[in-house]
Amino acid sequence: MILRALGLSLLLCATAAQAAIDTYEFRNDHERERFRELTSELRCPKCQNQNIADSDAPIAMDLRREIFRMFGEGKRNDEIISYLVDRYGDFVLYRPPLNSSTALLWFGPGVLLVGGLLVLLLIVRRRRPQAQAASQAQLDAAEQARLQALLAANAASSADQERKDP
Amino acid sequence: MKRAMLLLPLGVFLLMAVFLYRGLYLDPKELRSVLIDKPLPSFSQGSLEEPGRIINSDELKGQPALLNVWATWCPTCKAEHEMLNRLAAQGVAIYGINYKDDSAAAREWLQRLGNPYRFNIEDPQGSLGIDLGVYGAPETFLLDKQGIIRAKHVGAIDENVWRSKLAPLYQQLLDEATP
Repeated sequence: MILRALGLSLLLCATAAQAAIDTYEFRNDHERERFRELTSELRCPKCQNQNIADSDAPIAMDLRREIFRMFGEGKRNDEIISYLVDRYGDFVLYRPPLNSSTALLWFGPGVLLVGGLLVLLLIVRRRRPQAQAASQAQLDAAEQARLQALLAANAASSADQERKDP
Repeated sequence: MKRAMLLLPLGVFLLMAVFLYRGLYLDPKELRSVLIDKPLPSFSQGSLEEPGRIINSDELKGQPALLNVWATWCPTCKAEHEMLNRLAAQGVAIYGINYKDDSAAAREWLQRLGNPYRFNIEDPQGSLGIDLGVYGAPETFLLDKQGIIRAKHVGAIDENVWRSKLAPLYQQLLDEATP
């Protein structure tokens, strides 16, 4: 019973949400698709994390209506985009253009990556001579003699051990 | 060289700290208008007070002025209305754009709360609003005597906003206007 009521209320919510989507008559499917693509690529100035296609804010509705009007006038996408940028700024674009204030955004990640690689390279380069020096170390004659003595003593004691406990 | 490398992480940290600290005080809701230092878009719209009269954008030129976008459905506009009344009483020229509103309700509102506006431009569809990059009400533009937009404030004007942000600019525009 409760479940059924819940289901019904969900259904009602769904229809309410659908009702908020305004309807436009497009000349063909291609135009409808173009409208959908364009409005989902433009950002709503009021509700900043939604695009114009999804937002229910009054300004988003107005902008959809305005874009539809420009469709009727046969405007191209870039004309419509520059119309909006002239009024609301680059902010309305989800793909920011490259200029002085967005350079950091565009190049920042690359600069960080290259910087990180450089630091890594420097560290690796600095460590390599040390490692090579350690591996190529040569023993002098006295050290060589001491090493042999130790090895011989070790072999003798382990032989003794084997004889004591078979 | 080695010492410089040791300081590098500190440098990166300081750079990040400066960026993030600045970010704390930026309001992402306030967009800088692209129209600043551009002339007011030209328009011919109906008058709210005198139905039938057409207001031309040139009528806003002549002296530094505020252009206030408002509506009766906007609670913040009501909050700032008293401040606008005070500014008008001090002699500040204020024009209004009645944004996407019901004209009769708007006239009644001005009768009841006082009318600080020299005149009001009707914008029932919000099309003038779009030309001005308006995305909500209230918004207020500061115009110089040539009708060029010199500043914009989004949100209510209160004593604090006026004194710290708009009054100095307005005074500067007044000084420019009377050499």
